[in-house]
Amino acid sequence: MNRTSWFNVVSLTLGFAFLYIPMIILIIFSFNESKLVTVWAGFSTKWYGELMQNEAFLNAAWVTIKVAVFSSTIATVLGTMAAYVMVRGGRFRGRTLFSGMIYAPLVMPEVITGLSLLLLFIGIGLDRGVLTIVLAHSTFSMCYVSVVVSSRLVTFDRSLEEAALDLGCSAPQAFRLVTLPIIAPAVISGWLLAFTLSLDDLVIASFTTGPSATTLPIKIFSAVRLGVSPEINALSTIMIAIVTIGVITTSLISKHKMVRQKREEQEAVRN
Amino acid sequence: MRRFFLIATPYTWLLLLFLVPFAIVVKISLSDTALAIPPYVPKFSWDEGIGAYFSQLDFENFVFLTEDDLYWKAYLSSFKIATISTLLTLLVGYPIAYGMARSAPEWRPTLMMLVILPFWTSFLIRVYAWMGILSNEGYLNQLLLWTGVIDTPLTILNTNTAVYIGIVYTYLPFMILPIYSALERLDESLIEAAEDLGCSRLSAFWLVTIPLSKTGIIAGCFLVFIPALGEFVIPSLLGGSNSLMIGKVLWEEFFSNRDWPVASAVAVILLLILVIPIVLFQRNQQKEQEAEQ
Repeated sequence: MNRTSWFNVVSLTLGFAFLYIPMIILIIFSFNESKLVTVWAGFSTKWYGELMQNEAFLNAAWVTIKVAVFSSTIATVLGTMAAYVMVRGGRFRGRTLFSGMIYAPLVMPEVITGLSLLLLFIGIGLDRGVLTIVLAHSTFSMCYVSVVVSSRLVTFDRSLEEAALDLGCSAPQAFRLVTLPIIAPAVISGWLLAFTLSLDDLVIASFTTGPSATTLPIKIFSAVRLGVSPEINALSTIMIAIVTIGVITTSLISKHKMVRQKREEQEAVRN
Repeated sequence: MRRFFLIATPYTWLLLLFLVPFAIVVKISLSDTALAIPPYVPKFSWDEGIGAYFSQLDFENFVFLTEDDLYWKAYLSSFKIATISTLLTLLVGYPIAYGMARSAPEWRPTLMMLVILPFWTSFLIRVYAWMGILSNEGYLNQLLLWTGVIDTPLTILNTNTAVYIGIVYTYLPFMILPIYSALERLDESLIEAAEDLGCSRLSAFWLVTIPLSKTGIIAGCFLVFIPALGEFVIPSLLGGSNSLMIGKVLWEEFFSNRDWPVASAVAVILLLILVIPIVLFQRNQQKEQEAEQ
């Protein structure tokens, strides 16, 4: 029975219009000639040109990318370890506290995480800058990574690992040759998630940074507080474009892989 | 040895960068404010010992929070804004999730991606996009004036209405995804059975579909409510001076007033308030997991 009634079509159309129209308007007006953002005065790419001239924005973008690469890599290593410990680690002392510390940062308001880390850095006399933002971002991102990776670890067949051990693999070999390839997609999506979380974060970065390091969100926030500006529209458009291309590419790749895996499995069954 | 290393590394990291900082917040919230760097006087000193510390505790900052009505008004207004916007998000999100779950199966992955895509896009940019739409000379007012619906521009930006719109917009994916996954699992023959047994479509929806998607609804509501309560970016960009939210108060207390002990006390109370919805959310998730097994 076909339940795709007019009601569903209308609610989907309106819903997706609501989700996408604001961003589409933003993109259109980034090509506006006029400095007055709300009045259309003809097509122009001059704001993109001005953006490329703007040293402050370029510096901030560079700092942001550095922070995101380092913090998401640290977060992926720590988060994968944490997930492995939670799913395969068995019992150990303080396990409840450990799982609490992994889940708590996910629901902790950003203002509190930021405030507490800042007070720590001041307490131990660490100069605030790129390093402190990296530490802060690694900490909350590792929790997201561990959730993503452990959900993959839970579903995977443990007997594969046991078979490798029985056949003479050492534990690290079994991890490298069997476990890691199987959980690799989850590890990669964990890294991507950590990377975007870091790129996007305003609140925690504002608390943990010092005068030497300004990230792009901090820069955007201080510019936007004064109102809408065409340069920020251009910057937003570039960021939206990068994310869209990234998400579509990764989902196509993973779809392709899944199709191939299924075919291989079917062939294996036939043989 | 290897196992110890594997457990100890993430464990130590979280202890040092999550638990210790939080203990510092609690400690500073119990200290006295001072005009110094750092701007507080620690109350605890090892020479006097723990007994002396506890006898000195006066919870002065917490008393201050109850006396100055700015703070409890901010907590109340955060609670109100988070509750109303959660309900609005449910009203907007449910039909979308329902439409997705009832669409042709080959369409579902694409629709799913369309819901997730905004989630990967910068939060800040998505909030910013609404500033241009809602301002007095904004696109919404231009459209309404042009179509003749209104004669004078509506003031929406810098009011609570703008904050509601911002929260609904940015947290919508969090509401849609759990409801969609509950509805997708729902066996359609149950609805057909209800209709065969004489239910109207509407009452079948009310008596079968809604109860069976309950866990999704509850999960979605908490996923919106919990972050909305401590929200900072949305009220400071879209809200006005009178849209008080506790995240904004904490930020200003820290950066503008430089009153660390009060900011820490605000944080401690916010966290105590959040414990209740977080525990309820965890229970809901556990119930769902048990139901799956």
